[in-house]
Amino acid sequence: MSIDWNSFTPGSALTGGVLIGIAAAMFVLLNGRVAGISGILSGLLQPAKGDRAWRLAFILGLLAAPAAYLLAGPFPRPRIDVGWGALVLAGLLVGIGTRYGSGCTSGHGVCGLSRLSPRSLAATAAFMAGGFVTVFVTRHLLGI
Amino acid sequence: MSVTLFSLLSGLVFGLGLIVSGMADPAKVLGFLDLAGRWDPSLAFVMGGAIAVGVVPFALARRRTASFLHQTMRLPTARYVDRRLIGGSVLFGMGWGIAGFCPGAGVVALGMGELKAAVFVLAMLAGMGILELLDRRSATLQAA
Repeated sequence: MSIDWNSFTPGSALTGGVLIGIAAAMFVLLNGRVAGISGILSGLLQPAKGDRAWRLAFILGLLAAPAAYLLAGPFPRPRIDVGWGALVLAGLLVGIGTRYGSGCTSGHGVCGLSRLSPRSLAATAAFMAGGFVTVFVTRHLLGI
Repeated sequence: MSVTLFSLLSGLVFGLGLIVSGMADPAKVLGFLDLAGRWDPSLAFVMGGAIAVGVVPFALARRRTASFLHQTMRLPTARYVDRRLIGGSVLFGMGWGIAGFCPGAGVVALGMGELKAAVFVLAMLAGMGILELLDRRSATLQAA
C-alpha cells in the first residue's frame, strides 16, 4: 500500500463529515427519524402512505445542495470515469443491495454507527469489504 | 409544515457535506476504495467526523419517545445480523466500487446536472423497485 498524499484532503473530508453529522443529528432530533437516504428514496416508490412530503423535501434538499454551494463559489465537478453500462450495473446493484440490506452509507454508516448499532456495524463492514474487493478486482485483476 | 421544512434543510446540509467532503466525487471515492493502488484515505475522515458529531444527539434521541417537533421517535430496533443484511450490503458495496456513487452522492451529482449521475440514479431506483416487487410477491405467496 502506498498513500496518495497529493489527493489527501483530511481537512475538507472532516468538515464535510461534520456537516453530514449535523444534518443527521438535526433530522433525528427534529423529525424523529434516521437520515438513511436509500430508505427515504425507496419510501417514495411505495404506495402513498401520507409521508411523501418530508421524503420529497429531503431529496429536494440534496438536489439543491450544489446550487446552495454556488453561493460560496463554483462546486467541484464530479469525475465520473466509468462507462454507461457500468453505471447502469452499479445503479442496479446499489438499488437492490441497499433495500435488501436495509441501508447504505448514510443509514448504516453514519446514523447506525452513531447509534452504536451492531447490525449497522456489520452492514458497514460488509459494504466496505464489497467496495474494497470490487475495486481490487476491476483495477488490479481486470485492469479496467 | 415545519417537519417538511426541516427535512428540506437536513437534506440541504447533508448534500453540502457530501460535496465538501469529496463523497460526491466518484474518482475520490474510488481512490479511497483502492487499497492496493495509490490509496487516498481522506474519506475515512468523513465518517469519523459525522459519527463524532452524531453520537451524542443519537444517544439523546434514544432516550426520547418524541422528537422536538413532537414526531414519534422512529429509531430502528432490529439488532440481528442475518444473510439478508450482509448479502445486501455486499451487493451495495460492489455497486459502490464499480461507479463510486452511494445513493446520496448520486442524487447530489444529479443536482449538479451530471447526465451520468441521472443514469445511475434511474438504475438505482429501478433496482429498488425490482426488490420492492419481489418482496411483495413473496409476501403474497406466503399469505396464500
